[in-house]
Amino acid sequence: MEYTLYILILPLLSFVVLGLMDTKWKPVVAGTVGTAILTIVAALSYYTAWEYFSTANLNGTYQKIIAFNTVWVQFNEHLHIDMGILLDPISVMMLVVISTVSLMVHIYSLAYMKGERGFERYYAFLSLFSFAMLGLVVSTNIFQMYMFWEMVGLSSYLLIGFYYTKPEAVAASKKAFIVTRFADLGFLIGILILSYYTKTFDFGILTSCDANVFASFSGVTFMGASALSWAMALIFIGGAGKSAMFPLHIWLPDAMEGPTPVSALIHAATMVVAGVFLVARLFPIYITFTPEVLHGIAYVGAFTSLFAAVIAIVQTDIKRVLAFSTISQIGFMMVALGVSGYGGQAGTGYMASMFHLFTHAMFKALLFLGAGSIIHAVHSNEMTQMGGLKKFLPVTRWTFLIACLAIAGIPPFSGFFSKDEILAATMHFSPGLGVIMTFTAGLTAFYMFRLYYRIFHGKKYQTTNGHTPHESPVAMTLPLVFLGVVTIFAGFIPFGKFVSSDGGYYHIHIDPTIATISVVVALAGIGLATWLYRKENDASAAVARKFNTIYRAAYHRFYIDELYLFITKKIIFKRISSPVAWFDRHIVDGTMNGLASVTQWVSLKIKGFQSGKIQHYAFVILLGTLIIAAIVIFI
Amino acid sequence: MNFLSIFVIIPLITLLALYAARNRKQINLIAATGATLLLILSGILTYLYLHERAMGNDSLMLFRADILWYAPFNIYYSVGVDGVSVAMLILTSIIMFTGVFASWRIDPLPKEFFLWFFLLSSGVYGFFITIDLFSMFMFYEIALIPMYLLIGIWGTGRKEYSAMKLTLMLMGGSALLLVSILGIYYFSGGDTMNLLEIAQRHIPVEVQRYLFPLTFMGFGVLGALFPFHTWSPDGHASAPTAVSMLHAGVLMKLGGYGAFRVAIYLMPEAAHEQAWIFLILTGISVIYGAFSAVVQTDLKYINAYSSVSHCGLVLFAILMMNETAMTGAVMQMLSHGLMTALFFALIGMIYGRTHTRLITEMGGLMKIMPFLGVSYVIAGLASLGLPGLSGFVAEMTIFVGAFQESDTLHRILTIVAVTSIVITAVYILRVVGKILYGKVQNPQHETLSDATWWERISVVTLIIAIVALGSLPLWISDMIQNSIMPIVGKLMAAL
Repeated sequence: MEYTLYILILPLLSFVVLGLMDTKWKPVVAGTVGTAILTIVAALSYYTAWEYFSTANLNGTYQKIIAFNTVWVQFNEHLHIDMGILLDPISVMMLVVISTVSLMVHIYSLAYMKGERGFERYYAFLSLFSFAMLGLVVSTNIFQMYMFWEMVGLSSYLLIGFYYTKPEAVAASKKAFIVTRFADLGFLIGILILSYYTKTFDFGILTSCDANVFASFSGVTFMGASALSWAMALIFIGGAGKSAMFPLHIWLPDAMEGPTPVSALIHAATMVVAGVFLVARLFPIYITFTPEVLHGIAYVGAFTSLFAAVIAIVQTDIKRVLAFSTISQIGFMMVALGVSGYGGQAGTGYMASMFHLFTHAMFKALLFLGAGSIIHAVHSNEMTQMGGLKKFLPVTRWTFLIACLAIAGIPPFSGFFSKDEILAATMHFSPGLGVIMTFTAGLTAFYMFRLYYRIFHGKKYQTTNGHTPHESPVAMTLPLVFLGVVTIFAGFIPFGKFVSSDGGYYHIHIDPTIATISVVVALAGIGLATWLYRKENDASAAVARKFNTIYRAAYHRFYIDELYLFITKKIIFKRISSPVAWFDRHIVDGTMNGLASVTQWVSLKIKGFQSGKIQHYAFVILLGTLIIAAIVIFI
Repeated sequence: MNFLSIFVIIPLITLLALYAARNRKQINLIAATGATLLLILSGILTYLYLHERAMGNDSLMLFRADILWYAPFNIYYSVGVDGVSVAMLILTSIIMFTGVFASWRIDPLPKEFFLWFFLLSSGVYGFFITIDLFSMFMFYEIALIPMYLLIGIWGTGRKEYSAMKLTLMLMGGSALLLVSILGIYYFSGGDTMNLLEIAQRHIPVEVQRYLFPLTFMGFGVLGALFPFHTWSPDGHASAPTAVSMLHAGVLMKLGGYGAFRVAIYLMPEAAHEQAWIFLILTGISVIYGAFSAVVQTDLKYINAYSSVSHCGLVLFAILMMNETAMTGAVMQMLSHGLMTALFFALIGMIYGRTHTRLITEMGGLMKIMPFLGVSYVIAGLASLGLPGLSGFVAEMTIFVGAFQESDTLHRILTIVAVTSIVITAVYILRVVGKILYGKVQNPQHETLSDATWWERISVVTLIIAIVALGSLPLWISDMIQNSIMPIVGKLMAAL
């Protein structure tokens, strides 16, 4: 299947060409070229998926296929970074997800970004992102993944900062890069530890969990935990950074400064789930050797999920609400992986996590693109500027509603099926965790419908200076409709047939008790939102007053951003860097200058010796003779 | 005549031709021709070298030649190259080529500027091709002295002070070197200055204990070893563009190259014994340079401290004394040379337009000069180690290599060094955000022009080199590694 190489080469080529051409091409040409290339990439991805799932199944198990592999750099006889393409169920699934959402975003942006300064640059960056993200998921080894991981981070940085004249966008892009870089430090050290003991970067060897490969880890401990646990925990930190797990989530809400289609592609559907993908990729190691780390991942995921859901309830910027909802949903995926078993029917969580990743990518992209359509119409991100938009934006409204129902977990929309599996897996692992996640699912339904009602219902829309909002052009509504259709039907895909923890066939079955509970909870959340927000009334304000403290704390996102500012501004700048710089200028360099001054001072003092005066010399000679004589006499 | 000597001869011929030149046009033409010839020559050399190796020639140094110079002290003009020197020669040629184009409008006294510039380069080339200790020292001095005049005359700001400081500190380093070279000569038998022959012998360990630190520090001063690095910020800040490029890009590499070729290669026992001291110092350099760069406001100071950090990594990796880390060290020399030259070139070009290097006085330049802006971002990304650009592969080779040393000290220092990737990101993005993005700070900047054709040649050449090294590193890392293998073998034997 060497043709899969073109899935990577084409977007890279597109980036290079669009980047070099920049404004030499008309915007429409650049947009068309970018979109056309991505269409080919998407077609190739679908073809790959079709061929893979129809031919790679051997005795009921999907095989891993190395479609391409070449040594990129050789470190020593064992360690070398390869560049290659690994096809297995999750990477093929990701190819489909990425190319689909990316294509939709490409089409959507043709209209959304029309007339923007830097339109060509925008398409170049989208191509770069697609290249990096596709490369990430097909990596054959962990170092290749790390490389593409960094490149994905770069394209995210570039796209968040797309409006580079806006100070907020610049600050947000910087924050996103530095926070994820910090997390990647953990990832890198984790890789170094792992590769030092196993002598390989290769996923095939690592995930085979061959005891011989991991033998040299035995007995190596550091601060009470085994070296392997450290490695896997550190690698997870990398994943937590990209996937915005608490407390590394702080960059994601700010990343909404980027153009909205970018938020849909990178910060909702694809890049932010890279952490989930990473854990899934290394899942056999986690479950076989370090289950305690895996359980830790579950708890981090659960906490993040609840935490973000609480914040999402009170935000008023619609993109921020969606951002926190993304964080919360990724938390669900992490929990599912964390509680999963391995192999056969025990791998519910794994399958559910991947399933949710798939459905979430579709409906969350839909929500963001819908939000873009709304922003396009009313020129604001604030809920307070909206309300009563349903009659102006019919297509947006209906597709948005479909996505809200899906994320709330109402059957038969896709979110129901995947979330239900997650809840089932979690309940099975620990009822306490299951209850928390079910509660969070209820919160999700509530805040999503709060969002929905406050945008499309409630007060009548106030037209400002004669401007009436109108539905977006076809290039924007078409992706909405497409993703809406996918969201309705994706739940019926027999997902377990394709993706499971061990490549075998996982039979999805809906547990009626759990399904009933989750639907009831979701309906309760929607009901509450309907009561509070459907019609404009005082109830919501009264509730906010009642929980004033927590409301304010949640509104300020529990002051985690202030903590970040404190660490960067106060600790790194004031407490470390400034003293270091001062020390360098005054102590280290001062010593050098001091040496020079001392030399100069001494020469000034002794230059009198060469005075040229005879009496002076005679005096010194006499003195010298006397001293020598004294020495001779007395010793 | 030996093929390698052409590297020294071309700059000298260029000198003569420059002397005869009458106007700026001729001067530029001659300088550009000389630099282009050198660039082509390094390409030919690389091809010939790889060809020889492919034919199975596995002697330590290729293209050997010896000419007796001064019999009483057995001083020969001996030349020869291995993969490491070839890499350095490529680097020098690229920097020379781009440096000439970056100084296309140097003012005043263009002829004198290029005279010194080419004299300096002949010293650098000589240093890299020679394998005789004394000739090496001599070329080293030839490379240092013109720096004083180049900074003192064509510099900016406190140029006299900086030129003096730089020269004195580097001279102090070379004084240590002279002592150690003589020591090595006498204690290795006193009948040869040839590196390869000395390497076959054994310098008594008690003597090595004194000579190794002298040699390592002597070269370390030039390699910005903490705490002997303070010439670098002042020197770079005052130097004219092309001199900063050549100095940070190539001259600082003489330090790393010498530490590796002379100090560690000839005195492996002492190197093993004392590596820990210098590892701590270089570890400090890496992190300390990065933190210092975070709060600087002058572009050149930021880059100078960043060089302290990156060059610290070179010495750090050399001291790890395994094949991976040492290969990484040479890769890092290449990579740092290219990207820091690009940085200094761009800073010079920006300064030439805005007449300020303070980041607080600039903003929104991306919109005004997109070419320079984008190039600056690329340089920044290379510096913070983005995959696909040269910094990444070099740093990763170092980190993977350093991690193979499993005792606690090495581990701790390696992890400390790895954290520099985050701090680098902080200072790079801070600068990029301040000067390129945001609103235009100074309305007078609105009318500034973007890069001229000669500036573009310089910048594009460097970017191509950075991308090439960063995306297809295998051939060059193999070339370097194969040359490092025998050296590491000797180090291991000494253990």
